[in-house]
Amino acid sequence: MSAISGPHKRGVTGVVSGCARLVTATLLGVVLAIQSASAAGQPKPIKIGALFSVTGPASFLGAPEAKTARLLIDKLNASGGVGGRKFELVLKDTGGSPEKAVSFARQLIEEDKVLAIIGPSTSGETMQIKSLCEENKMILISCAAAEVIVNPVAKYVFKVPQNDGQAVTWIYRTMKEKGIRKIAVLSSNDGYGAAGRKQLQELSKAEGIEIVADEVYDRQATDLSDILTKVKSKSGLQAVVNWSIVPAQSIVPKNMRQMGLDVPLFQSLGFANRKYIEQAGVAAEGILFPAGRLLIAEDLPEDHPQKKVLVTYKHDYEAAYHEEVSTFGGHVYDALMIVVEGLKEAGGPDREKVRDAIEHLKGFVGTDGIFNYSAADHTGLDMNAFEMLTVKGGKFTTYKK
Amino acid sequence: MTGENLALQYLLSGITKGSVYAAVAVGFNLIYSATGVLNLAQGEFVMLGGMVAVTLAQYVALPVAVSGAVVIVALTGCLLEILFFRKLDRHSVLHLIIITIGLSIVLQEAALHIWDEKVRSLPYFTGNEVSSVHFLGATISPQVLWVLGTVGVTVLALQGFLHYTLQGRAMRACSSNPEAAMLAGINLRTMRTLAFGLSAGLGALAGCVISPITMTQYEMGTPLAIKGFAGAILGGLGNPMAGVLGGLLVGVLEAASVSRLPAAYNDVAAFAVLLLVLFVRPRGLFGAGNAGSVREG
Repeated sequence: MSAISGPHKRGVTGVVSGCARLVTATLLGVVLAIQSASAAGQPKPIKIGALFSVTGPASFLGAPEAKTARLLIDKLNASGGVGGRKFELVLKDTGGSPEKAVSFARQLIEEDKVLAIIGPSTSGETMQIKSLCEENKMILISCAAAEVIVNPVAKYVFKVPQNDGQAVTWIYRTMKEKGIRKIAVLSSNDGYGAAGRKQLQELSKAEGIEIVADEVYDRQATDLSDILTKVKSKSGLQAVVNWSIVPAQSIVPKNMRQMGLDVPLFQSLGFANRKYIEQAGVAAEGILFPAGRLLIAEDLPEDHPQKKVLVTYKHDYEAAYHEEVSTFGGHVYDALMIVVEGLKEAGGPDREKVRDAIEHLKGFVGTDGIFNYSAADHTGLDMNAFEMLTVKGGKFTTYKK
Repeated sequence: MTGENLALQYLLSGITKGSVYAAVAVGFNLIYSATGVLNLAQGEFVMLGGMVAVTLAQYVALPVAVSGAVVIVALTGCLLEILFFRKLDRHSVLHLIIITIGLSIVLQEAALHIWDEKVRSLPYFTGNEVSSVHFLGATISPQVLWVLGTVGVTVLALQGFLHYTLQGRAMRACSSNPEAAMLAGINLRTMRTLAFGLSAGLGALAGCVISPITMTQYEMGTPLAIKGFAGAILGGLGNPMAGVLGGLLVGVLEAASVSRLPAAYNDVAAFAVLLLVLFVRPRGLFGAGNAGSVREG
C-alpha cells in the first residue's frame, strides 16, 4: 500500500498545483486587464510620499499627521484631483527613527519616484534626509519646527511649522510685558527639548531675561517635584519655562501647583492639543504658550483671513476621526496644500516647475499662518503666525494683557 | 523656604518617585521568589493595568474599574504563562528570562494597537491635580499616600499569603527546591501560572494607583521596570518588603542628587549608589543570604 500511496499522492499534488497555477494565471490576466482598462480610461495618479512617525516616541506628532494626510488625499480625489489626475499617498511610518527615515526616503525617491515628500515629523529625522533630498532634487516639505532645516536654505527643502526661535521670542516679549526678568528653564533630554533650550539660552541675552535655573530631565520622567523644589529655592524667580512634550508637559504644571510654586508657567508650542489640558486638569489653568490659531479657530473674528481654512479643516478632521484636532495635523494640511498649489501653478507634475512655483508662493492661507516663500526664506511665516494662548476654564483662549 | 523645609521637600519628592518604583518592585519580587525568573515584562503589566482601568473608568465607577483591571491583567498573566512558559520545563531560567524580554515587546506593541499612542490617566483618587497635603512646611500629593498605602497593604498581604497559607508555602517550596516540591505533590506548573497571575495583578494594581501621578502610555513600562528592578535589587531580590524599601531609597537618592547636581545626573547618581551597594553586599541591603545567591536552571 505504502509503495502505491507515494506516487498516488504526488499525482494529487500535481493536479492541485496545476489547478493553482491555472487559477493564478487567470487572476493575473484579469488583474492586468483591469489595470490596462483603467490606464486607458484614466491617467496614472500623482504619487505623494509621506514620512511620519506614526508610532514611537513622536507618535503624538505622526498619528494626527498621517490621519490628516489620508483625509486630505481622499478629499482631493473625491473632488476629481488636480488637472484630471488623482493622487496616491505613499505613507511610511518611520517610528521616529532617523535611520528608517533615511531608508524610506531613498525608497520614495528611487522606487516610488514620488513628486514630493511630506514630513518627516521631527527635526532630527528631517536633518538626516535634508542633503539626500537636495542631491536627488526631491521636493521635501518638512513638518518639523527647527530653524536649521531651512537655515542655511537648501533649494528643494521647505518647512511649514513656525520656527522655534520665533516661539521663544514671543514668550520673552510676553514676559517683558508682564515685568518678568528672572526665569527658570526646564527641558526634556530629547531633540525637541534640546532645540528649545538652545533657543531659550541664545535669545535670553538680547531680550534682557536672566535664566536663574536651567535643568534637563529624562523624557520619560514620572515625577518632577524634586527639580521643581530646586527651582522654587531660587530667590527672585518670576516664571518657569518648560520645553518638552507629553507626559512631562502635564507633570510640570501638576507638580508646580502641588507644591505651591505660584509663578506663571510658559510652555512650548507642543502643548497645543486639548488632550493635554485634560491630562493636567485644573493645574493647566493659566499656562501660557505660543501657537498657531487652529485651537481657537471658532473664536476668531469672521473677517480673519485664516478663519475659513481653520474651521473647515477642524470640522473635517473631527468629523472623520472623532478626536480633537491638533496643530501637528495642521502642518500636514499646509504641506500638502502647498504642493497642490505648486502643482496647479506649474500646470503638471514636473518636479522642477513645481519647486519653482512653491518658492514663489505668496499669500497662501494655511492653518499655521499665511505663507510667503522666497528664495531666501523657506519657512514662509513671520511672527504674526503666532498667537499667545492661555488656558481658561479648561479651554484654550487668546491671552490678553 | 528655609533650609530644613527645603530638605524635607526634597525628601518628600524622593518618596513620591520612590513610591512608584516600590509599587513596581513588589511584582518583580513575587515572580522571582516563586519561580526564580526575573520577569522583564513586569513594567508592561503595570502599563496594562493603567490602560485597562482608564478604559473601564469611562463606563463604571473608579473602584470597580481598578478591580476589573486587576482581574483582567491577572488573567492575562496566567494566560501568557500557559502559552509561553508551560511547555518549557526543561529550559534554564535564563531562557525563561529572555522570553520575558520578548513578551515585554509584544505587550507594548499590542497596547499600541489596541489603544493608541496617546497619554491617558485615571483621575486622582482624592482631591485633584493641584491638591496637596501640607507637612511641616513641605507638601506632598495625596495620591502618593494612596500609593504608599496600597503598597504597604499588598506587601503585608503578600507576606501573609506566602508564609501562612498552604498555596503560598507551596509557591515558596517550588522556588527553593523544585524537585522536592514535586515529590511532595505540588504541581509546579500550576504554581508558576499562579505566580504569574498574581504578580501581573499586583503590577496592574500598581499601574492604577500610580496612573494619576505618572500618567499611562503604551511605552511607560520599560523605564518603570528598570527603576523598579533597581529598587528590588537594592533592597534584596526575593523579599517584597525589602523591595519596597529599595524602591523608596532609589527615589530619595534621585531627589538628593537633584538637590546638589544638575537634574540630568540623577540616574547616574542613583545607579552609582546601586552598583556600590552591590559590590559590597551582592544580596542587596536587606536581602537574606540564600535569596541573593544566583540561581541556575
